[in-house]
Amino acid sequence: MLAFAIRRLLEAAIVMVAVALLAFVLFRFVGDPVNQMVGQDTSLEDRMQLRKDLGLDDPIVVQFGRFIWNAAQFDFGISYQVKQPVTTIIASRFPATLELALTAAVFAILLGIPMGVYTGIYRDSWLSRIFLSVSLIGISLPTFLIGILLIYVFAVNLGILPSFGRGEVVQLGGWTTGFLTISGLKALILPSITLGLFQMTLITRLVRSQMLEVLRTDYIKFARARGLSDKAVNFGHALKNTLIPVITIIGLQLGAVIAFAIITETVFQWPGMGLLFIQSVQNADIPVMSAYLLLVAFLFVLINFIVDLLYVWVDPRIRIHGREA
Amino acid sequence: MIRQPVLSVRNLRVEFPTRRGTLVAVDDISFDIAPGEVLGVVGESGAGKSLTGAAIIGLLEPPGPISRGIVELKVRRIDNLPPSQMRPIRGKRIGMVFQDPLTSLNPLYRVGEQLIETIRTHLELSEREARARAIALLKEVGIQGAERRIDGYPHEFSGGMRQRVVLALALCAEPELIIADEPTTALDVSIQAQIIQLLKKLCRERDTAVLLITHDMGVIAETADRVAVMYAGRIAEIGPVRDVVKDPHHPYTKGLMGSIPALEGAANRLVQIPGSMPRLTAIPPGCAFNPRCPHVFDRCRVERPELFPIERSHAACWLLVDDTAKATA
Repeated sequence: MLAFAIRRLLEAAIVMVAVALLAFVLFRFVGDPVNQMVGQDTSLEDRMQLRKDLGLDDPIVVQFGRFIWNAAQFDFGISYQVKQPVTTIIASRFPATLELALTAAVFAILLGIPMGVYTGIYRDSWLSRIFLSVSLIGISLPTFLIGILLIYVFAVNLGILPSFGRGEVVQLGGWTTGFLTISGLKALILPSITLGLFQMTLITRLVRSQMLEVLRTDYIKFARARGLSDKAVNFGHALKNTLIPVITIIGLQLGAVIAFAIITETVFQWPGMGLLFIQSVQNADIPVMSAYLLLVAFLFVLINFIVDLLYVWVDPRIRIHGREA
Repeated sequence: MIRQPVLSVRNLRVEFPTRRGTLVAVDDISFDIAPGEVLGVVGESGAGKSLTGAAIIGLLEPPGPISRGIVELKVRRIDNLPPSQMRPIRGKRIGMVFQDPLTSLNPLYRVGEQLIETIRTHLELSEREARARAIALLKEVGIQGAERRIDGYPHEFSGGMRQRVVLALALCAEPELIIADEPTTALDVSIQAQIIQLLKKLCRERDTAVLLITHDMGVIAETADRVAVMYAGRIAEIGPVRDVVKDPHHPYTKGLMGSIPALEGAANRLVQIPGSMPRLTAIPPGCAFNPRCPHVFDRCRVERPELFPIERSHAACWLLVDDTAKATA
């Protein structure tokens, strides 16, 4: 088990270095940052000075080493646009995105799994048909359209939910949270539905197809023949066996939800990292972009690591395999 | 003294409703099993053996096949019970053993968890008592080091050991009847005999009746008290195992017995029944066996034979009653 965890951690470190290289190369390829930072009438000497201050005339290897070294200490330089440390900017935006993503993921899981189980067990009931039709809409409609529709109905016509922003937030140490105020919670509803709907339908369909497969297996038949209750059979025996692929997808999707909340954040003007990323792309703010890239990669690696550990927890057969390997 | 049968099946039919009409997989079969008796059901794949077992324990589920007819467990009808009343019977009064021990156990739960869960579903026992009972059962089915093995996962057991666990699961609430559906088919030949002996021993000790479904005539000859030979969803012949094996009456049974290699005696060529069992969509009128029967005559092609008593057995063949045919056959 420990060997398994260490091996995964090493793999994760290699992935992170590779991503760091990409993030670093960004600086080289997206044009000369000095041009982005100075006005047209800046003298050549000033430009050279700036270049030297930023360390841009050092050899590449030295620059990459410095980049890694700084990144390991959460120092990603200074935003070209805002002239503040990137770390500070991202730290101020990160809570908004994480809260949105987690709410969306919880919404997707809490609705998706039961709907998947239900539609798997009662294949032909009218409620299953409704669930599946709804999930088809969730899969086929693009996120921005769903967001705009929700705004149109709940913010414009009914006027019961805000159409943009986070509402009031509370400062908890370095963290801003919208969970503790009514307006913060209300502001979360529409964006998290928008962000989570696709994930929910994905989970519903995945759980359903897995349930259909598992319910046909011999051990389910045998569990029924032993007289176990439907609840024990469906939720104890069947659901647990559907979890391996479901955990994989949920893990990957959670990463995707955090990383690519961009569209939802744009539609709802949500002050999170996605919006920050869009702005930094528009302004060619490379330090922000590369830090964002690293952060997203880190989140994916972290989630995958957790998913791997969850496998081991769910499936004893992997446990044995890991011990032998 | 005539003992009340444990299980009594009357005119059981299993049908598959399909778009192109109803397919009859089990067609009007009736039999009894006495306490402690082992009734073997033998037949080729698709003869309806397994469906008979599934229909008795009420495990045919929509949109699959439907069963009709009467199934009585200790004179109480169970075929028309609602699911809530049928469920406590499964596992408690009727135990079941499936063909493949590798897939019968849930891979994600410890063997002990599955045993304790089943025991506590049917008996009012604490977790601790149930565990003690589970260990005792595992010992009884011949698992070495049961105290330790109870916390193992199914994949840590060999096929034969898993089938022993499955037997323990089927027996854990002392059922009156065990339905064993091909319990040895998936096992190595060397282990088959052990499992069959074990099943026989456990059921004899408990006076448990057994419905033993198999296509292996050898297993039947060794284990069963009586045997029902099924062909195309019907019982072709039913009677004491000795009589059916030594002196079969139905031409199909004769063919089956002829196809078993004998260890002693002359090494004759094995007899083979020409043709194959009809598909459900194309069961011929009259006797289902008539296209393959060496003694077929006109009546067989039109009229379906019932089970006629002959000596201590019953066989569904016109040869037994039709004197004119007998003369020519």
